[in-house]
Formats: sequence, structure tokens, C-alpha cells
Amino acid sequence: MTYLLRGARVLGGDPRDILLKDGYVAEIGAPGTVDAPGAGHVDAGGLIALPGLVDLHTHLREPGREDAETVESGTAAAALGGYTAVHAMANTSPVADTAGVVEQVYRLGQEAGHCDVRPVGAVTAGLAGRQLAELGAMADSAARVRVFSDDGVCVSDAVLMRRALEYVKAFDGVVAQHAQEPRLTEGAQMNEGAVSGRLGLTGWPAVAEEAIIARDCLLAAHVGSRLHICHVSTAGSVEIIRWAKSKGWDVTAEVTPHHLLLTDSCAESSPTGSYNPIYKVNPPLRTAADVQALREALADGTIDCVATDHAPHPVEDKETEWPAAAMGMIGLETALSVVQEAMVETGLLDWAGVADRMSARPARIGRLDGHGGPLAAGTPANLTLFDPSVRRTVEPGGFASKSRNTPYQGMTLPGRVVATFLRGRPTVLEGKLT
Amino acid sequence: MRHLLSTADLSRDDALLILDTAEQLSQVSGRSIKKLPTLRGRTVVNLFFEDSTRTRISFEAAAKRLSADVINFSAKGSSVSKGESLKDTALTLQAMGADAVVVRHGASGAPHRLANWVDGSVVNAGDGTHEHPTQALLDAFTMRRRLGDLEGRRVSIVGDVLHSRVARSNVHLLTTLGAEVTLVAPPTLLPVAMGEWPCEVSYDFDAVLPKSDVVMMLRVQHERMNASYFPSAREYSRRYGLDPERLGRMPDGAIVMHPGPMNRGMEIAAEVADSGRSTIVEQVTNGVTVRMAVLYLLLSGSEPAIGGNQ
Repeated sequence: MTYLLRGARVLGGDPRDILLKDGYVAEIGAPGTVDAPGAGHVDAGGLIALPGLVDLHTHLREPGREDAETVESGTAAAALGGYTAVHAMANTSPVADTAGVVEQVYRLGQEAGHCDVRPVGAVTAGLAGRQLAELGAMADSAARVRVFSDDGVCVSDAVLMRRALEYVKAFDGVVAQHAQEPRLTEGAQMNEGAVSGRLGLTGWPAVAEEAIIARDCLLAAHVGSRLHICHVSTAGSVEIIRWAKSKGWDVTAEVTPHHLLLTDSCAESSPTGSYNPIYKVNPPLRTAADVQALREALADGTIDCVATDHAPHPVEDKETEWPAAAMGMIGLETALSVVQEAMVETGLLDWAGVADRMSARPARIGRLDGHGGPLAAGTPANLTLFDPSVRRTVEPGGFASKSRNTPYQGMTLPGRVVATFLRGRPTVLEGKLT
Repeated sequence: MRHLLSTADLSRDDALLILDTAEQLSQVSGRSIKKLPTLRGRTVVNLFFEDSTRTRISFEAAAKRLSADVINFSAKGSSVSKGESLKDTALTLQAMGADAVVVRHGASGAPHRLANWVDGSVVNAGDGTHEHPTQALLDAFTMRRRLGDLEGRRVSIVGDVLHSRVARSNVHLLTTLGAEVTLVAPPTLLPVAMGEWPCEVSYDFDAVLPKSDVVMMLRVQHERMNASYFPSAREYSRRYGLDPERLGRMPDGAIVMHPGPMNRGMEIAAEVADSGRSTIVEQVTNGVTVRMAVLYLLLSGSEPAIGGNQ
């Protein structure tokens, strides 16, 4: 299978022809200089070529909640979003806390074929926070798990967290912490601030995130291990992570697209009225000042990467009163557009920066070989072509995801994924699944 | 006005129209036959997901005095207890032709959601820890009767502001009507970011007391004590309870209000609740009148409240 991508702007640079052959990038050259007899031609004029995106934080829901998403539908959504690899979170049913479950998810990903699926293993058995899951067995399994997380729940027990951080050093793993002090967030519904006070919804204070991040940075430093912070949402968290990095500690962090664009004011007023739980997410949407701090932190590298926290929920779990609604929003099919809106059009990141934050760094954190670029001859042909010049109104009716809980419905966002290649094979062409 | 969800949605003119209409309607309460034909053939559903006999019967009396058909729907023992969603309940009421839905729900914002799913008017009869608009309206009505115009009147609202829907509704409404509101509570029972609230905040009841034309005491739930919002009921009562000694330090003519139900001996002493300054029983009476005005204005529009054919 050979493809010639003609006139693509690699990382936003000058037009180049890119030859994909036998799963690898065979050649990159000036337009018209690449000879490719028999190759399928893709007109990539005006399109940005990026290394295939890598998501460190995806909920594929299978096994257990196939009504919300399956590995098949979730990875199709990922491919349409420009992703060539996703990390599938462990909070499935049964929980991905054994070699058996992670191998099942891994195998389902291979069968679906839309992108690589790298299962995340649970830190504690059943996400119960009482004893470590068999981390080594998951690491040694066919799924080769390197990222461990109880995401959805915080590993709040300091001793357990310390042990997990220490233990995963044996196989170069990383613990991805969902930072949420449980006692400070009992019954929490949204960011604790002016809006929650007015709406009478129980607050989720920034300190509940920041206190855990501070503790875990200190723990990681103490035991000399790697720590990754999931979905950083506050300006205070950014300051703590910046400080930890300044010490040389091996701490990385991610931010979601929605925390880069939306604020807690969405709960009070949106085109669909107030109290629409489409905006209910954990950690919650924060203030405009937090959004600004997160954007700047992503730009300066304090926050390493964008991770979607794609969290599908069926309609009935969102068409409810706010406190009864499920937390989370889908994001795979809009992530790159949101990043263009929040980071590129604001001048905070160029396309090389986008490639770094959405592909290279997440691949490195996940110890994921073959992904993350660079886009150069001889590397695996995992890449996506993106048209930044169009604007589109988000209509979830056309999404590949089984769920529709996007907060961007009806919003106009820039850019569109035109094609995605996984090891030289197109998973998406002309904006459609192949 | 199609719904009454929050007092923040009411302009000064809206609020005055409701209060003036209530004043007209109050004449009916003094008659031997307390009934008007105004809402004959209209259906009002009382949809109560939380037990609140007081509010429910007040709305029921109000609707019946306007000759509306009243359906009481209590979540207990109904399809809701079998897991029916709020949306399906709404669609059911819609299919039955409810002209107005009076909803009490434990979730803040539930009436706002409901308003998306029904064509009729939605009246918020208390949603979680958000608002209780008709309570604020009856409080304002009661204050006007006792004190006249509310412009410049100093109203102190004392107690669990954090969890109080009564406090939120009163802050919006009373400031719209020109009153100066001070919220008094221990810091644990106030929201963390109140900078944009159009009122003063104080931790010191005794400092605020002599400067109050109205002291409104809020009910303190016993379960707050177990969550360490304050050390003990006795300490709360000493610092924030209205006892006879504090009553004596209120200005002449100042009144004492409480939305009920009271914890006698906790936030309010029995002697205070039963004193001549207390408007607590009047508030209940006025509740029916104000709710009549709300239902009337939502359901029959601009016709005069009391027609000439009485």
C-alpha cells in the first residue's frame, strides 16, 4: 500500500510531497520531486501534516458500557479526530485491573483497526483504593501496560500512592493520578466559586485538586518515580507543577480541550439555558483565569500534553437534573479543532507545538513506540492531515462515537481532519472512515 | 412572564405587579366565600419530589381559590420511586395537559430543566439549595404590609445561607425592591465567593441587630452539625440564635420573620417566635395570597385580577 500525499505542509511549514510505503514514511520532498509509480494520490494542498495524535486519556467504555461506547466506535471517533493511538482508561466493568481485561481491550483495538489501543491498568484492585492491582502482570501482558490510573477516583491514600509510584519503576511505568481529595469534594457538582454560590450547587474547590498534586509531586520526588497528572484544571495546579518541574522532578501533566475553552459560567448561561448537565464534568469547568493559566502552561510546556478525557454517556444519563447527571463529555472528534481555537488562533502554539503536545509528548509519557513522530523518512507512517482553513458547526449527529454528549454542539470551531494514516494505511480519507 | 424560576429574573415592575396583584387578591381571603372563577378549567399540577406539606397545601389552596383543577403528584410511591426520570414525569404531565407545574425538587435547577420539557408554566416551589421564589415574594409582601415601601429598609437574613434557597431568593428580590440586605452567618455557612452578591455579609449578629428593620431567621438543619459547619447546636444558638435578649436590642418597630418550619430553641427562641413582632403566622397566610397572584399572572395574563362579575 503506497500513498503519495501531495503538497502537505509538514507541521505547518512549506508544502511537501510525502510518500508512505510499506507502513513507513519513505520520502519527504519538495512538490513534484517525489517519484511514486502506482501510488494512491492524496491532494494535501493547504493541509497541515501532523504526526498521528496520541491520546493519553480515553474512555472507551468496553467492557461493560457498550451502550455508551465500544472499542470499535470509540477508536473510529479517534481516527476521525486525527488520532493513531489512544490510551483506554481502566474504569470499565469489569475494571481493567488484571492482565485478562487489558489484553481483551488491547485485542478489541487490534480487531477494530482504527487506531492503536493501549490499555491503562488500574492502580488498585477494582479501583477500590485498598490494595494494588497486579501491575506487573499487566505490564508483562500482551497489552504491555505502562500507564496506570484509577481515573474517576483519586488514589487518595498516601501510602498506597507511594507504593504504586515505587512499584511501577520496575517496568518504567507511570502512575496517572486523578487528583481529587475525596473529603473536600463530597457531593461536589461544579467548580466552587461565584457561579456555584449563585446556582446553589455543591462546590468542587480548586484546593481539592491542588492539595493532591502537591502531595504526589513530593511523593514522586521522594521515591524517585514518574508521576503524571490527569486533566489539570486550575491555575494553582499549574503553579505547583511548574515548581515541581523546576526541581527537576519527573512530573508530567495533561489538560483537556474543554478546560482550555469552557468555563463554569456555562452552567449558569448557555444557548440551552441554565443547569444543562452537558457541562457537568470531573474535574469541573473552572474560571476564565484558570483557562488562561492552562493555555499559558500548555504553551510553555509546564503542561506537557492535551488529553481528551473523552467520556461518552448515553442520552438518558445527561437529560436529567444536574446533580443526577453523569460527569464527562466526549472530545475525540473535536479536540484538534478546540486546540486550534484555544492555542493556535491565539498565537500561543504553532503547529509544531501542537504536534509536540498532542503527539510526541503523550507518546513519550505512555512509552508508546512508533507513535509521536517525528514526520521523517524511515519513521512509521502514523500521521494526520488537517485543514485549518475551514470552520464547521459542530453537529454530533455525524459523530462516530455512540454518544452525543458534546458541549460544543452548535458551536462553530475551526479546522477539520481530512485524512489519518495508521502505519501507512488510511483510516480516514476525505473526512470519512475508510 | 412564562415561568417563575428565580427571583433574579424579576424586574422591579414584575415584582411590584405580583405584590400589587396579591394585595388585590387578599380581599378574597377576607370573604366568607374565598373563591374566584378566574382559573376555571385550568389544571395546576403540584409536583413534589421532596416532602413539604406546608408549601404544597399553600399552592393547593391558592390554585383552588382561583377555581383551578389541582392535581397533587408526590414522588413517594409514584412512578418516580420506581426510577422514572424527571423528563418522563414531565412528558407525562405534559400529555395530561397541565397548564402549570408547581415543582419542588431536591436538585438545584430541576425546575429550569423541567421548563425545557413542558409547554405549561413552571413555578419553582423550591429547588435544592438554589431558590424558593414564592417564599421571597410572600416575605416581601409581609414586609410591605408591616413596614410600607421597602426602599431603604434594612433586612438581615441570619443563618445557613450556604444551603438556603430562601436566602438566595430574598437577596435578589429585596434588592430589586430597594431594600438593603445583610446576610449574617458563621463563615462556614456562607458561599466562598460572594463578591458579586448585591448585599452585605457579616459574621457578627449583634453588630447587625440594632441596624435591622427586619430580622429573618433561617432554619438550621441538624445534619449540618454533624458535618462540622459549627461545633454544637448550643454554640450556634448562642452566637446566631434570636433570643428575647437580642429581640430587646432590635429597633422599635422592627419585625421578626422565619420561613418555617422552625427549630424552636435553636435559631429562634419560643418567646420570640410567639411575640408580637413575629410575622411567622402572617407569612403563612400571605403565602396563599402571593401564590394566587403568581398563578393568576402566569395563567391568565393581563385581565384584572378581580373582575366585575363577582
